[in-house]
Amino acid sequence: MIVFLVSLFMVVQYYVPLDSWAWMYQYLIDWTIIIGVFALLLGIWSLWRVNFNKIKQRAENWEYAVITLAGLLIMMIVGFVPGWGNLNNYVYEHFFYYILVPIQATMFSLLAFFISSAAFRAFRARSLLATLLLFAGLVIMIRFVPMGQVSSYISDLSGWILRVPNLAAKRAIIIGIGLGAIATAFKIMFGIERAYLGRD
Amino acid sequence: METKWRLAAIVIALVMILAPALPAQDEGEMADSMPAEIQMEPPPAPELVLGEDVPNDGGHKLKLTWGYPAEWSDSVARFLIFRGDAPDGEFKSLGEAARGVTTYLDIGSKIKDNSDYMANDHDFYYKVIAVANNGTESEPAIGGPFQTSGQWFHWGKVPVLVGVVLFGFFTVLFINAARKGKELFVRPLAGIEAVDEAIGRATEMGKPILYVLGIGTAADIATIASFTILGRVAKKVAEYQTDLIVPCYEPIVMSVAQDVVKSAYMEAGRPDQYSDDQVFFVTNAQFAYVAGVNGIMVRDLPATNFYLGYFAAESLILAETGNSIGAIQIAGTDQITQIPFFVVACDYTLIGEELYAASAYLGRDPLLLGSLKAEDWGKGILMVLMAVGVLATAFGWNAIRELVRVIL
Repeated sequence: MIVFLVSLFMVVQYYVPLDSWAWMYQYLIDWTIIIGVFALLLGIWSLWRVNFNKIKQRAENWEYAVITLAGLLIMMIVGFVPGWGNLNNYVYEHFFYYILVPIQATMFSLLAFFISSAAFRAFRARSLLATLLLFAGLVIMIRFVPMGQVSSYISDLSGWILRVPNLAAKRAIIIGIGLGAIATAFKIMFGIERAYLGRD
Repeated sequence: METKWRLAAIVIALVMILAPALPAQDEGEMADSMPAEIQMEPPPAPELVLGEDVPNDGGHKLKLTWGYPAEWSDSVARFLIFRGDAPDGEFKSLGEAARGVTTYLDIGSKIKDNSDYMANDHDFYYKVIAVANNGTESEPAIGGPFQTSGQWFHWGKVPVLVGVVLFGFFTVLFINAARKGKELFVRPLAGIEAVDEAIGRATEMGKPILYVLGIGTAADIATIASFTILGRVAKKVAEYQTDLIVPCYEPIVMSVAQDVVKSAYMEAGRPDQYSDDQVFFVTNAQFAYVAGVNGIMVRDLPATNFYLGYFAAESLILAETGNSIGAIQIAGTDQITQIPFFVVACDYTLIGEELYAASAYLGRDPLLLGSLKAEDWGKGILMVLMAVGVLATAFGWNAIRELVRVIL
């Protein structure tokens, strides 16, 4: 009943532009942020329990759990210790900008290599469709390569591939997603779909 | 002779010294030697200042229009706009309209404490002044009273409402048909058919199953759809007594996923096998999460990986790592930019809406299948509408285009 009433309000408010309805909508959205903040405590507790159990049981690769918990504790202590006061303190910033950010950038940069390996597998001309994919991929890739007069033809062709067949396929998927989202919303609203509540 | 020259020099010097202090020339005499633009008299005042409440909004917005003689339009540089509570009271400057523009949209604040607050159902007066190219200003033109008001219904969204009601009608129709036992055909999805096989494979190999819900929040439809599939997968996993690992990116998602998996284990009659440690929080930093999940893959070597939910740049990093350990991989997302990555790196991919439909396929519940059929009908209607739209545009049938135009 709660799900039905709240979702009904959310549907109706889309068509009602009154201030009071906009305020109510924002109020409900704000609640999700508040719940999210408290849920973070649950997350930290989960992380702590799983890793602590690994260390306690000397499970395989338990050393990684020590590093995880050490990282968690150090960042918390540095953030909360009186005198170091706020998140702009030197130690916290140092850890954040010179350890966490480069590590995350490293993970992201792996994407370039994974794109190459994935492209290598995808662009094998095993069938007519795969050959077409290979051809389209090649045209898109070499469109920025300076090759004199040929460049303009390749640029036109790649533009056509992106604007016509590619965009048509994308729009078809987007329309499907839109309808699927409405259908899912209906299912949740009317209680047909309840698996997300842990019920069948 | 010398005296004569000296006197002349003294007179010239006196003239040069006193010239700036001499009274200015008469304005009428000067005008003869000035360009025509500067000679211009003050421009005429704008006429017929009218205000109209902007429709389909919560109020606080007013569209102002005024008239101005066409022969003067090139001589006027801009119009100054003011708003006040009374025609003879104080006016507050709002802004200006450029040369040739005779409309102004006054967007006031809806917050009472703000200085530009514009109350609904309150009388406002507007003052418009034309400013000539030489800076001279016209007499002010005052219009009013005008009011703004909030509306109970956004008429620009009627086509959307009609579409939703129509779609809801089809959903109810097909659900009722399914309830009455009508056989509804849905095309098979390879990714869904492979779920049982993938779980069976992990069981045979004695390896765990990794289920990644993506980096979406519990409010994302992709994540909600993924919860549903997780429930079905967890039930099968519990029946087969295989290990399930669900690393989560978001604490609320973790909390819901724990509930879903726990319920599935209970439904399968194996509540004792469930542990909260199976569904755990990793981090909500995107690439730190990827590092954590990749680490789990490389260390625990799961036989089957599910990537179902909302994914961004991490999709290929996860899928390629899974590919490198030889896991069978089933992915699904509604993020168009990530679908090609999953198609390339995974064995099966649920594209867009197939992710939402997966629960109906897995459960074969007539109610859920009914909603799938409604989606198909919705697509059919949209295809017809698109064809009509193309024809209407090609032949200039503007009435049809206006009929389905959405104004946001």
